[in-house]
Amino acid sequence: MGPVNALGQAWAITKKDLVAELRGASTIVSMVLLGLLVVLVFNFGTDPGAKDVTLARSGVLWAAFLFAGVIAVGRSFATEKEAGCLDGLLLCPVDRAVIYLGKLVGNLILLFVTGLVILGFFTVLYNVGLGAGSAGLVLVMALASIGFSAIGTLFAAVGAGVRARDALLAVFIFPLLVPLIIAAAHVSTVLLAGQGLGGAGLWPWFLVVYDVIFLAISFMTFDFVVEE
Amino acid sequence: MPAETHRVVAAVEVKNLWKVYGHVEALKGVDLTVAEGSFLTIFGPNGAGKTTLMKVLATLARPTDGSALVGGHDVTKEAGAVRKRVGVISHNTYLYPQLTAMENLAFYGRMYGLKRARERSTQLLEQLGLATRMHDRVATFSRGMQQRLSVARALLHEPELLLLDEPYTGLDQHASRILAGVLEGLRDGQRTVVMTTHNLQEGLESCDRVAILARGRMVFEEAAAEVDHSGFQATYFACVERAWGR
Repeated sequence: MGPVNALGQAWAITKKDLVAELRGASTIVSMVLLGLLVVLVFNFGTDPGAKDVTLARSGVLWAAFLFAGVIAVGRSFATEKEAGCLDGLLLCPVDRAVIYLGKLVGNLILLFVTGLVILGFFTVLYNVGLGAGSAGLVLVMALASIGFSAIGTLFAAVGAGVRARDALLAVFIFPLLVPLIIAAAHVSTVLLAGQGLGGAGLWPWFLVVYDVIFLAISFMTFDFVVEE
Repeated sequence: MPAETHRVVAAVEVKNLWKVYGHVEALKGVDLTVAEGSFLTIFGPNGAGKTTLMKVLATLARPTDGSALVGGHDVTKEAGAVRKRVGVISHNTYLYPQLTAMENLAFYGRMYGLKRARERSTQLLEQLGLATRMHDRVATFSRGMQQRLSVARALLHEPELLLLDEPYTGLDQHASRILAGVLEGLRDGQRTVVMTTHNLQEGLESCDRVAILARGRMVFEEAAAEVDHSGFQATYFACVERAWGR
């Protein structure tokens, strides 16, 4: 099987997931609503006009992203388990890495789109003028989505057959996501303060390295994860 | 001229197959050979190890010990080659409810690397009487229709070996009769079929070899023509009771 065919198969998996999601729309609606609620609730507890709330606002943004993301990755393999579809997929003569890639990209698109919606709501609610920082924030959102999807997709596959999978998924992935969220919050704080990415020091690079490491680990271990 | 020696490759060749889950021995040294083009029905009560055996043959479970070959390919070492040759129909349909019948088949066609997946899908949908519903979502199908679509999914890549794991589960009598007709149509002498069931009547009707699996062991194997159909129930219960040591 050539790499072009493998990429085509991975895209077929992604497309199948997105079409099913758009028709059901259950996951993305839950994700967006939860994300918006988190932003809204935190807004009631903080004074938007206070001077030292930049870091707190950044934390609100990433807390909303974190909770919404868990819903996305949790559902991605739950739907595969319905009617034994995961077994149907594993029966196909397709490399397990291709299946992982297809599921990963599907989660990534859902997470990134939801992240952007939350970011838009956040800027309106907190009256944040992003200006030059908007491109940087979108980039940070993309990097955070990649890392989150890499870990989330892997652990969602681990917990797919478990009854309390959503709770277990959160327990397993939250500790692993802490460095990612801390880095994303630091970079966002700098960007929300009106500085460019250069003012964030090594934190943006930390996000890149985090993504590379967890993508590599996930690709290497997915085969063992879906084995029986 | 020296006589040519041919090694006839059996469709399925299982030797001393063990599968252990934790402390549970699901398969305990199963030996089984299925000739090409034949139809074997494996009977057995719940927990006999039928589904485990099917999972091993379909590469969904790794054997703990022993070997299993499909078309001469080892299920562990050559899993990719085995997957290309095997089609599975189970009580799970492996179908995505939010996608239409055609989208499901086109998706699986892509996964099997088929070049003319849509044409093949249309042909199968017509054969199985689902052509008029090809653009409807699977979620709107009855259980019987879903199972027929599941047959189309399994036949999409024209597998040499068809594994049927309790295919009648959850079907009403009418749907069972339709499915039996579809399965009867698969007996073309080219394709090998292995079916597991605990329904004695449906299992006996279609096969040309009969086996009984009980407590992880193959306790009976015979040509269907040599089996007394009317007395098979008694034979079955005797084999199962013996396996349980009663």
